[in-house]
Formats: sequence, structure tokens, C-alpha cells
Amino acid sequence: MTLTTALIAGLVLGGTYALVAMGLTLQYGIARIMNLAYGDMIITAAFAAFVLQGALAVNPILGLALVVPGGFVFAYSVYRLILAPLVRRAPDRGALEVDSILTTFGLLFVVQGVLLVIFGSNYTSYSFLNVPVDVLGAPIAANRLIALVLALVIGLSLYLLLTRTRWGTALRAVAVSPQSAGLVGIDVNRAAAFAFALGGGLAAAGGVVISMYQTFTATGGVVFTMKALIVVIMGGVGNLLGALIAGLLLGVVETLVSTYADPGLTLAATYTIFLVVLLWRPQGLFGRAMR
Amino acid sequence: MRTTFGIAAVAAVFLALALAPFHLGTYGVGLLIGLTGYVTLASAWALFSGPTRFVSLATVAFFGIGAYTTAVLYEVLPPVLVLAVAGLIGFIVALVVGLSTLRLAGVYFVIFTFGLAELVRQLVTWYEVNVTGTLGRYLFVDFGPEVVYWQLLALCAVTIGLSFLIQRSRLGLALKMIGDDEVVAEHCGLPTARVKLALFAVSSVIITLVGAIQAPRWTYIEPTIVFNPTISFLTLIMALLGGAGRLWGPVVGAVPLFLLFEWLSANFPNHYSIILGLLFMAIVFVLPRGVLEFLEGLVRRQRSGRRETPFKGEVAS
Repeated sequence: MTLTTALIAGLVLGGTYALVAMGLTLQYGIARIMNLAYGDMIITAAFAAFVLQGALAVNPILGLALVVPGGFVFAYSVYRLILAPLVRRAPDRGALEVDSILTTFGLLFVVQGVLLVIFGSNYTSYSFLNVPVDVLGAPIAANRLIALVLALVIGLSLYLLLTRTRWGTALRAVAVSPQSAGLVGIDVNRAAAFAFALGGGLAAAGGVVISMYQTFTATGGVVFTMKALIVVIMGGVGNLLGALIAGLLLGVVETLVSTYADPGLTLAATYTIFLVVLLWRPQGLFGRAMR
Repeated sequence: MRTTFGIAAVAAVFLALALAPFHLGTYGVGLLIGLTGYVTLASAWALFSGPTRFVSLATVAFFGIGAYTTAVLYEVLPPVLVLAVAGLIGFIVALVVGLSTLRLAGVYFVIFTFGLAELVRQLVTWYEVNVTGTLGRYLFVDFGPEVVYWQLLALCAVTIGLSFLIQRSRLGLALKMIGDDEVVAEHCGLPTARVKLALFAVSSVIITLVGAIQAPRWTYIEPTIVFNPTISFLTLIMALLGGAGRLWGPVVGAVPLFLLFEWLSANFPNHYSIILGLLFMAIVFVLPRGVLEFLEGLVRRQRSGRRETPFKGEVAS
């Protein structure tokens, strides 16, 4: 594998990480829920795309139009039914963090269990546009290229939505200070529910994109949760552009390690980066110190 | 007087438990091993996480390290030394992890410990594949399951004894203060970092020893088996169900849940994790502070109905 090919493959992987991490950063930054079941929502969407492609012959790009609203509605219901009572009950932010971690940890097992019952524990994949395209003299599969483009388009439009619209400003105000946001007439609970649902939609989009070029299993969600968390922390909690850059960075590092060192060491590399960033700059590479 | 009586009663129970293998079949001893293992894991977890409220998901990292040490060293060293080495490795890893992460705020600590087991598993797998050239080891020991059980029971007694002593000592008081408000504790002149590190190390060494003692039960050891994250999860939910802040909380949580899980995995192997997840969510919702505190609350309310003031500090743990 040449360096160009490795770099492009890294960017593709990183684009997916960035897309996925943006959803988590919305959920944790604005809704203040650390969602450990996040990766399992991604895997659920990947299976949904697989079913649409296999059984109904719907192409995954069209599938996005179905799966993403599905993820949005699912996350919204989870917030309203399970998490909102915890938010109301929690005396302070620390208590809510512990409660939400424990509850979504339970949710992780439920979602994973349902997927195992329906699809079993085998690796799943489907073939979609697996034709080589020439980019800067390096051959790369068209499905990977589409994955990268989709990740960038979705990520950037979300960024513009959050920074250029009044509604996005309100959401960001809640992220900065829930108390003050309430004072200026923003419905904080509604904003939190909305941000959590939006995060679910992004997880679903990420799942569909991942399913286009990777194999996946019912038990693979934990790895995605971990990677999304690492990207979120690297980029600074609640920072969308930070998540985008950190995601691309992580993807490139992982691909370089697996190409030039050993594929078995990619996760170790990921966790090493994570730990170094946590200790060196807990507020994230691009984050401002919060609290 | 009450304490002396309590200690005598507990000693009698442990003695009865130690004699149990003479009256039980192989299945019974196997069940007791699992049960004692989880009671010890949950008690050791609560030793650190109960008072400090640092939620650790790293249990299986240490458990797996212990199991792997036994698998690697069993042919080389006598059993006692194997345990000593396992404990030492657990201690060193705990110090490294503790020194680098205990300064992290709540959620970052949870996330790091969440990934720690995965990291250790990856490193062990990589080492086995690339350096020793094998993945998975066979482990044949020349003693029966009742020896494993007695070792675990002894460790369990030591763990509960330690929690008892720590809760009554200045160290226990310091820990409670850290759990209530770390900033205040620091301003009172408590060496919070050192206190947390000491407790984290003790708790981790015990967890490592549980893994080292239980390893022979598998016969075949592989990273995916001994670093199974469900172990961290079960330990946590057991301690929480009973109440991680109480001496007997983890025991009260571990015994019924272990038996329930045994029954579930035998009867509903396919729906096991769904039921597990739902149960966990239910516990967080209904009994966030554990069964023991919930029962105490009931008793206190009944008493205060009759008397003027509730007896707040009098309730024995």
C-alpha cells in the first residue's frame, strides 16, 4: 500500500469517525447525557441499511432518508421515556452523569441483545459500489469515497446549521450554560431532547455510512462508542469542528499504524492517543477550558 | 458487645461455608465458587468506588490480568508464588493507572476505565500472537475445585474484614469526605490523591487475586474469555443493588443476582443480555442507593411515625 492510498483510506475512516463523534458531542455537550449505548445505535442503523439493501433492494444512500429519521425518533423516545426522569431527579450535574452512564450502559445490553436475537453474532456485510476509482494515482473503492463525501457533507451542513441559524444559536447557548439559557427564554428541556435526538440521527447516518464499506457485528457497538468518545474528548466536548478534525486525525493515525506497524496494534494506538490527550489537555485539543 | 457478637456470627457463617464442600456435589461447589467470586469482586469494587463514588469499569482488566498470570506461570512456580506474583502485577498496574487517571473528573475516569480492559486485552492478544506465537493456553492443575473454593472464601473473608476495618478507621472517614465533596476534603488538608490511590490499589489487588484463583476453573484461557466486559458490568450492578456504601451491601446484592444470572443463562441463553440490561436500568431507577439504604429508609419512616425524632446516626451498617 502506498502512502497516498494509506492517507486516503485514513481520511475515509476518519470522516466516518468524525460524523459519528459529532452526534455524541451533541448528546454530551448539549443534552449532558453520556450515552454509552451510542455505538449500538450505530450498529442498529448498519443492520437497518443491510436489511433495506438485501430484502427490499433499497440503495443505502436512499436508505439514509429512512434510517436517519428512524434514529432521530428512536433517540427522542429514549430521551423522553428513560432519560428525562433522571434529568428531573438529579440534584447536580455529577449525579446526572453517573445515572446516565449507568442507564445507557443497561440500554447498551438491551439493544445488543435484541440485535443478537434477530441477526446472530456473525460478521455481516453487503456489497455496494465496490468498484475502484482512481484518486491522485491511487485506486480506492467508490463506496469509501462516497462514505467520505457523505460524512463531510452531513458534518459541514450541521456545523452551518448550528452556527448560522437562530435555532442553532439557542442550542449552543444551552451547551454553554443551561441556567442562563433558561433565563433568556430558551426551553432548556426541549433543547436537550432535541439535541439528543439529533445525535441519534447522526449515529444512524454514521451506521449507514459504515455499513457501505465495512463488516459489522451485533457486538461491535462498544468499539464505536469508545472511538466516538475519544474523538469527542480530543476535539473538545461540544465542539463540532474539533470533532471533525480529531476524527480525521484518528482515522489517519489508525490507518498508518495498521499499514506500517501491525494491524493488531490499532486499538492500542487509539487508547494511547486517548490517554495522552486526557492527561495533557483534558479540555480537548481544540476546546476551551469549560467549567 | 454488639460488635463482638456480630463478628462471632460472621465467623460461624464462614466456618459453615468452609465445610459446605463436604456435603455438596461438584455442581454445588462450582456454584459456590462463582458465588464467592462475585461476592468478593463486588465487595472489592465497593471498597474503592463505594465511598469515593468514582465509578470504575476496569474490574475485568485486573481480573483478566490475574487469570492470565496464573495461566502463564502455573507450570513454572508453586501456586502460592503464582498468587503473590499476580497480586504484585495487579498492584503495579493499579499504581500506573491510578497515578495517571485518578486526577480525572468523574466521567473521564469512567470512560478511561471502560476502555482499559479493552486496551489490556488488545496488548495481551498482540503479545501472544506475535511473541509467544499462540493464542489461548491450557491450564491443568492437580487440585480439585474445593481448593479453589477455599482460597476464594479466605480472600472473601479478608476483603470483608478489610472493608470493616477501613470503614471504622480515619481512612474510611477521609474517603467518605472525598465522596461528599472532594474540594472541601482537599481544603481540610486531606491528601486526597494519596488516599484514593491507596484504596484503588488495595481494591485492584483483591480483584486481580480473584482472577488468579479462579483461572483453573476454565482449563482453557483466552483473552476474549478472561477479559469479558460482562464481568465488570455484573460486579458493578451487584454492588449497586445492595448499596456500595455499606459493608454488607455488595453481599446483599451479589447473592441474589448471581443466582438469578445462573438461572437466566441456563434457561434464556438468547435473551440473557436483554434481561440483564432491563434489570440494570430498573435498579438505577427504583433503587439508586441500593436495597439496604432503601430498607433503612422504610424502617426509619415507620419509627419516626411513633417517635419524635428519627435516629439518624444509630443505624448499624
